[in-house]
Amino acid sequence: MATGRDEGLDVKIGLEVHVQLTALKTKLFCGCSANYRGMPPNTLTCPICLGHPGTLPVLNRKAVEHAMMVALALNSSISRQMIFFRKNYFYVDLPKNFQISQYDKAGGVPLSTGGWVEFAVNGEKKKVRIRRIQLEEDPARLTYPGTITTSSYTLVDFNRAGVALLEIVTEPDMETPEEAYFFLQKLRSIVEHLGVSSENMQGSMRCDANISIKGGARVEIKNISSFRDVRRALQYEIIRQKQLLRRGGAAKQETRHWDEDRQITVSLRVKETESDYRYFPEPDLVPVKISEEWISEVASKMPELPDDRRERFTSDYGIPEYDATVLTSNKKIADFFEECCKLYPNPKKVANWIMSDLLRNINETGIDVAEMSITAEQFIDLLKMIDEELISGKIAKRVLREAIRTGRSPRKVVEDEGLLKISDEKMIAKIVDEVFHEFEGAVADAKRDRKAVNFLVGQVMRKTRGRADPEITNKVILSKLEEK
Amino acid sequence: MHLNSLTCHELVEMIKAQTVTAEEVVEHVFRRISEVEGKINAFISTFNESALDKAREIDEKIRRGESVGLLAGIPVAVKDNICTRGKLTTCGSKMLSNYIPPYNATVIEKIEAAGGIIIGKTNMDEFAMGNSTETSFFGCTRNPWDITRVPGGSSGGSAAALASDETILALGSDTGGSVRCPASFCSVVGLKPTYGLVSRYGLVSYANSLEQIGPMAKDVLDCAMLFTVIAGHDPRDGTSVPRRPCDYTKALNDEIKGVKVGVLKEFFAVGLDERVEKSVLNAVGILEDLGATCDGASISYLEYAVPTYYLIAMSEASSNLARFDGLRYGFTAKCEGDWNEVFSTTRGEGFGGEVKRRVLLGTFALSAGYYDRYYLKALKVRTLIKREFEKALSKFDVLVAPTMPILPFKIGEVIDDPLAMYMMDIDTVPVNLAGVPSISVPCGFVDGLPVGLQVIGGFFDEEMVLKVAYAFQEHTKFNLKKPEI
Repeated sequence: MATGRDEGLDVKIGLEVHVQLTALKTKLFCGCSANYRGMPPNTLTCPICLGHPGTLPVLNRKAVEHAMMVALALNSSISRQMIFFRKNYFYVDLPKNFQISQYDKAGGVPLSTGGWVEFAVNGEKKKVRIRRIQLEEDPARLTYPGTITTSSYTLVDFNRAGVALLEIVTEPDMETPEEAYFFLQKLRSIVEHLGVSSENMQGSMRCDANISIKGGARVEIKNISSFRDVRRALQYEIIRQKQLLRRGGAAKQETRHWDEDRQITVSLRVKETESDYRYFPEPDLVPVKISEEWISEVASKMPELPDDRRERFTSDYGIPEYDATVLTSNKKIADFFEECCKLYPNPKKVANWIMSDLLRNINETGIDVAEMSITAEQFIDLLKMIDEELISGKIAKRVLREAIRTGRSPRKVVEDEGLLKISDEKMIAKIVDEVFHEFEGAVADAKRDRKAVNFLVGQVMRKTRGRADPEITNKVILSKLEEK
Repeated sequence: MHLNSLTCHELVEMIKAQTVTAEEVVEHVFRRISEVEGKINAFISTFNESALDKAREIDEKIRRGESVGLLAGIPVAVKDNICTRGKLTTCGSKMLSNYIPPYNATVIEKIEAAGGIIIGKTNMDEFAMGNSTETSFFGCTRNPWDITRVPGGSSGGSAAALASDETILALGSDTGGSVRCPASFCSVVGLKPTYGLVSRYGLVSYANSLEQIGPMAKDVLDCAMLFTVIAGHDPRDGTSVPRRPCDYTKALNDEIKGVKVGVLKEFFAVGLDERVEKSVLNAVGILEDLGATCDGASISYLEYAVPTYYLIAMSEASSNLARFDGLRYGFTAKCEGDWNEVFSTTRGEGFGGEVKRRVLLGTFALSAGYYDRYYLKALKVRTLIKREFEKALSKFDVLVAPTMPILPFKIGEVIDDPLAMYMMDIDTVPVNLAGVPSISVPCGFVDGLPVGLQVIGGFFDEEMVLKVAYAFQEHTKFNLKKPEI
């Protein structure tokens, strides 16, 4: 798998990430609600976002502030003016057949230029440079019944048209699909910490990837809907382009579509020339001045970012930097950790349980962290059950897996499945008698060789499905052996 | 008495005093429309029932002693590129021949709030592209002074409706002279306001950075009244300028002694009809008689004004008109195929020749490799021309020039020569490039055909522009002459 660096292949990956500013109540240029998820199609529209003749856009200043926060968090230098350009092209998802966007040529400036994101990949630090960030309107949402290549018609939902969208373009600084994946994780954690975009919304962060391999042209992959698929699409593309190389060919410049169902990329169109979007300044929006004061005002309202939080986690909770990095790579997990620490005095234990059990189970069940139903109270209840020796650590792991899978609270799982630890010496003695009866040979062995005791303990555990207290079990077996 | 032949300021007094009712005024207007529309073709649609309902409401309010607005009971004809909720708004195009907007333009809301009554939508060049009203999908409007001639354009329907007493007030839009040109050709008054003073919300864009909705009327006082109602800041228009409301009728007096008038030399150059020149110079003489000090003024780069204007207007138009694809509203061609084919066929069938020409040229001018050479250069020249006006207007209170270099021409005479058509805009487009206000006021007749005097003022100095036009009108009374239809 193309997880490590492909030496000599000179893989270059750049990303174009679209982040919806989902915290905004209204769209970028009109008063329609931007909270379109779960709404019937074409119900959150007005003459402006439907592109009716005679309508004019009015800039949502809050959107500019949210965009500025992202720029500041990404160390990107904010332009002194907010200038919008029209990007002209005909497409069914564009109500006006142009998109109000920004441009970095012809007298235009993007919201911000430069910057970087630093993140960890398998414990190693990686820095990816940001080329520019711009603010634009989201097009309508298209649905192709079937697939994009076979569908005979397209459904258009204008509820999404005009929602504020940030386009974040990186330099081609990533060399592996892993790096792209962790870059996106970090970026998502940043926008979540800023409170400008939340992850538990389908399509709130969308990504196009550009990839080139030595000797080949730049290939653009579109329609990637999850971070996991970004990794898969890039892995697929590397294998595909490597095969082209092996056969003596090279990738040509084209746009490919990620087919989520088939998990492959398919060619959408071959780019022979650069598209001509006929950019020109949007005459209906006068440039908005971005003053130093405005920037500092926004900066002063910035919440804590993942990097600062990581530092705080190591100093306040005394957990290792690696743990702090993992925990702060997702805002919900970081929040969860802190809530747990308020209820439980051992942060390191909380961190261990979150990282090795909670996150692993979440990943294995394929549940999104955002959809995780277990609360901090329930989670700590589980740890306390271990401390109080009501259940063993081993049982606890099983309980947690079951709780995550079914959405029940851990205590409910323990009760439902009768998993409370057996510490009653008499009851254990009864089971030990049964085992001794069944395995007479083993008992004889154990009298000679203490090592065979473990076998007998194992049998007691088997009979109690792991609920018997191991120490008591051990003690009872030894004393019974003495008696024999 | 033919109430429809009176002015707004006369009628408002009468309606408020209850010597006539708004209902009677509206009835007279519609009677006149049914009499002359066959010859004039000023309207694309009329709203008899809703207008009469509104009129009765106003009358009822007056009877109850409630307060009514500045335009109480006054019929207003609206150019068909200004959106009226629930009422056809076609832009003179097949493309929007079935388009009923779900919202009102800000100016419509303001007029209705002031008691004005929208009686119908007036004919225009398709998407306001033209100066003769000949490019309308609904046929040409005829000039009431000579129905074999054009009324000017693109707000030709509004001007002709006023001149033939089919309305009391009218709205036009002026991107490169579209209010002033037909005002001049039909001997009515038309004001192009300072860019940003009147909300464009609801005006179907042709060239956003150049155009303004403008009041049109039978005399300067009426024009000032309508302007007072429609001017003002609108948060729905990002280019709208925040300014305190102003009663522009207060500025009107015939005292223009000492007002410094600059006579724009370059506007009296080649291409100007001698008869028009004589008429306009005569008007300058009258202003001097009234005590104004008239002197020569100069605007450089005038020779670049027309190409500059057309580059900017066509470029913006090519993008503005992209939304007309038949998907969400308007005309859709009967066509099988993918969206690209449907869009192309719809646009091919829905747009007329002049619109296609401008969209194509504009698309070309914005294309990669040509953008710097054409669009960007045009923006630079525009800045130079704007500076020229600022310079001239720092020395003079107003600048005067002919509105149109020629007299109204025959229908069909020029339409096949686009370049000749474009050159006729030479005296009006520089004003749009600069963004300053300008009025066209009747200044005489040549062989029975009207001539207009253009009075241009500094930014937001509509008061001065209206004042000079008013003084001139009160002295000459050309406004009182009516065409025989």
